[in-house]
Amino acid sequence: MKKASIIMIIGPLLLLGLFSFPLWNIILGAPQYPEPLGMNIHIDGIRDMNEFDLQNIDGLNHYIGMRSLPKPEDMWEFSTFPIVILGMVAVGVLVGLLGFLGKVSHKWFIGWFIVMSILGILGMYDFNAWMVDYGTNLDPNAIMKLENPDGTPMSYKPPLFGHAKMLNFDVTSLPAKGAWFMFTGMMLTVVAFFLGWKNRKSVQVKETTKFATS
Amino acid sequence: MKKYRFYVLMLLGISALLSSCGNQGDGKSSSNGALSSTGAEKSYVAPGEHDEFYAFISGGYSGNITVYGLPSGRMFKEIPVFSQFPTSGYGYSEETKPMLNTSFGFVPWDDSHHPDISQTNGELDGRWIFINGNNTPRIARVSLSTFETEEIIELPNSAGNHSSSFITENTEYVVAGTRFSVPIPQRDMPINEYKGNFKGALSFISIAADNGRLNLEFQLIMPGFNYDLSHPGRGKSHGWFFFTTYNTEEANTLMEVNSSQNDKDFIAAVNWKMVEEYVKNGGGTKVPAEYAHNVYDEHTHTATSTMKKEVITVNPLDVPGAVYFLPTPKSPHGCDVDPSGQYIIGNGKLSADLTIHSFDKMIAAIEGKKFDGDAYGIPILKFEDVLAGVVKSGGLGPLHTEFDGKGNAYTTFFISSEVVKWELGTWEVLDRQPTFYSVGHLMIPGGNSAKPFGKYVVALNKITKDRYLPTGPELEHSAQLYDISGNKMELILDFPTHGEPHYAAGCPADLLAPNSKKIYRLDENKHPYAVLTPDQAKVTREGNEVHVYMSTSRSHFTPDNIEGVKVGDKVYFHITNHEQDFDFPHGFAMIGQNTSELLVMPGQTKTSLWEPKKVGVWPFYCTDFCSALHQEMQGYVRVSPAGSNVPLTYTLGD
Repeated sequence: MKKASIIMIIGPLLLLGLFSFPLWNIILGAPQYPEPLGMNIHIDGIRDMNEFDLQNIDGLNHYIGMRSLPKPEDMWEFSTFPIVILGMVAVGVLVGLLGFLGKVSHKWFIGWFIVMSILGILGMYDFNAWMVDYGTNLDPNAIMKLENPDGTPMSYKPPLFGHAKMLNFDVTSLPAKGAWFMFTGMMLTVVAFFLGWKNRKSVQVKETTKFATS
Repeated sequence: MKKYRFYVLMLLGISALLSSCGNQGDGKSSSNGALSSTGAEKSYVAPGEHDEFYAFISGGYSGNITVYGLPSGRMFKEIPVFSQFPTSGYGYSEETKPMLNTSFGFVPWDDSHHPDISQTNGELDGRWIFINGNNTPRIARVSLSTFETEEIIELPNSAGNHSSSFITENTEYVVAGTRFSVPIPQRDMPINEYKGNFKGALSFISIAADNGRLNLEFQLIMPGFNYDLSHPGRGKSHGWFFFTTYNTEEANTLMEVNSSQNDKDFIAAVNWKMVEEYVKNGGGTKVPAEYAHNVYDEHTHTATSTMKKEVITVNPLDVPGAVYFLPTPKSPHGCDVDPSGQYIIGNGKLSADLTIHSFDKMIAAIEGKKFDGDAYGIPILKFEDVLAGVVKSGGLGPLHTEFDGKGNAYTTFFISSEVVKWELGTWEVLDRQPTFYSVGHLMIPGGNSAKPFGKYVVALNKITKDRYLPTGPELEHSAQLYDISGNKMELILDFPTHGEPHYAAGCPADLLAPNSKKIYRLDENKHPYAVLTPDQAKVTREGNEVHVYMSTSRSHFTPDNIEGVKVGDKVYFHITNHEQDFDFPHGFAMIGQNTSELLVMPGQTKTSLWEPKKVGVWPFYCTDFCSALHQEMQGYVRVSPAGSNVPLTYTLGD
């Protein structure tokens, strides 16, 4: 249980990587952009992949009526997410410490993982909802109003995951370094749970034998 | 099962056929060496690929430098230096007009000759390239991160600034000699009193190590010969500079005959470190002079011109041991120093042979005081005592020599129209290749440094004739590219060059490409009329001067409509390009502009002066196809009669 608890402490700490590294990365390449434009989505805002990328993406997007990319103060998520992450890290570390001291069982470990997963899925849902809005809620006076072959207005929602062709741009959206820190950290808590679960059995067995001999 | 076997056999058969085809192909390319090394293959740079070398080729009477790639011979850019350039507005915009200021006023043109790249420890360092204006003596410094001219300094007491602009091995000085001797100081005197009265100035211009700023430190006032070309010593001869001379006869009329009478002219060897020391210790004479010093600031995007009022001149006789003459046959033209600094090559343009002097022998002769008289008090060393060897070339009219860094030299022969490869030390001719036609300079990347990149040589010809499709009487010049990586030179490409290329300078692409600037940062723009955000755009009037603070971004001007301008006004359009993306310039053109359009790079501000002469509503537009909505990038200026009361207003989108 001690080893499991240490892993349970390390796991949530890895989420702190989200404060240094982007969660998600969207790259836009086109024939005239051999060096693609890109945005890094951090938990506290959207930033350039290379300097001036956001400005240049906005510059291109205005032709098709997309709004400017949000500044951190434009979306509540960018102030809330860091608090949620910090809170979850604190809770996770606390659970690990209590586990180490034998105050809580390994079930708390998986409990933390489930809560974090739910929050993660909610976050993804929210992120996707923003992208839908960003890509479809277009300026009615846009310079270029493009339609799909069926006559519906073209949407410019970037893919949540993977690649999409949007006009002359190839858009690739993938988890970035921060997300890998988060996934690894969360997986470690699952590992901690399994170790705790296995350990608990052997402890029980040992205890029973003890009772038998005494 | 049988069927199955049949298929297997068939598959085997096909694969055997395929593989034998492949082998055949391989065999062809390996056995037929000649095919695999055609010029086309060697000079071919596939679409999207980059060249191995940059070549900076002087434009001669275009006044500019053109930038090429080698081995493809593709032209990338023309850098305006001494000439007005409507393509970008250089010399037309308010910011760059001061660049072409001189003591003669605004001189919108020059004759650019000899580019030279900055060096550290004798090796190319790729910070700047320098070039001389031959006609109105000037030296320019061009940045190799922006590929723009940053500084031009005029040279007083000089005329026909030809033995220029060569730099010393740590870029301490850029050196400029006069081809035409003149009265110093200039005065009203009979031309036939030339002899003994005219003088030749050799100018030493220091280069600040941090920002490249030029300063004319001193001028050595030499006898009235013609100082034709020069090169720095390097390695062991660092601290010396060598100048070829002709017209040591000091003739002043029918020069082609009268200045060709002496069997030998001189190479002047100047110990500039000695003269530098002399000047540092207060030597030399401060004399009145008038010359312009023009500096362009990358952050204000603006040039300023300052008129300097004096210069230090040095009489060579006052610095004993600093200057010697090395007799050199037949009006030598090119003066070249090998990568080790040991050999000084005089290319006697009216002879068949090359004269090679030895630096060691020169020092020994100086120490042994083996003089053969003097010229105006300057000791002449004995020809035999300094001679290292003679190349019996078999060609005629040697002009210039470059080196491959592998012990070989390559000399151009103007009259016999060829490049001759010979070996340093043995003086033996190893190879010769014809050029098309009448080659002047040649260039090996790094050829004027301690570390040449001896892979290609470019021959820069004076006569084109039938090399390309005819274009009337006036033709561009032709250049040939030779692969010199093998024992024999191999002609691999023929390409036209712009203006009249004299010398050129080349360097490996990776020395410059990573540092090439992509944009100017808007947040570093210190132009006094810059508009840093579109809401700062405005139009102001001061008397009859109207200043339009205008920003551009894809695809509009802010503001786009202006009213209240009157006939007789001077309207200054200050255009700031708000793009911060690589290769997104915007242009600006106004109907009836008496200057030129502007091409404004991202983050840059440029100003065009427009003096409306007619009442009406006059459009302006973007000249660079900037975006899909480029054609919409336009605006109007309403011009009212002089004295009318139309208020000054400006709008965008309402």
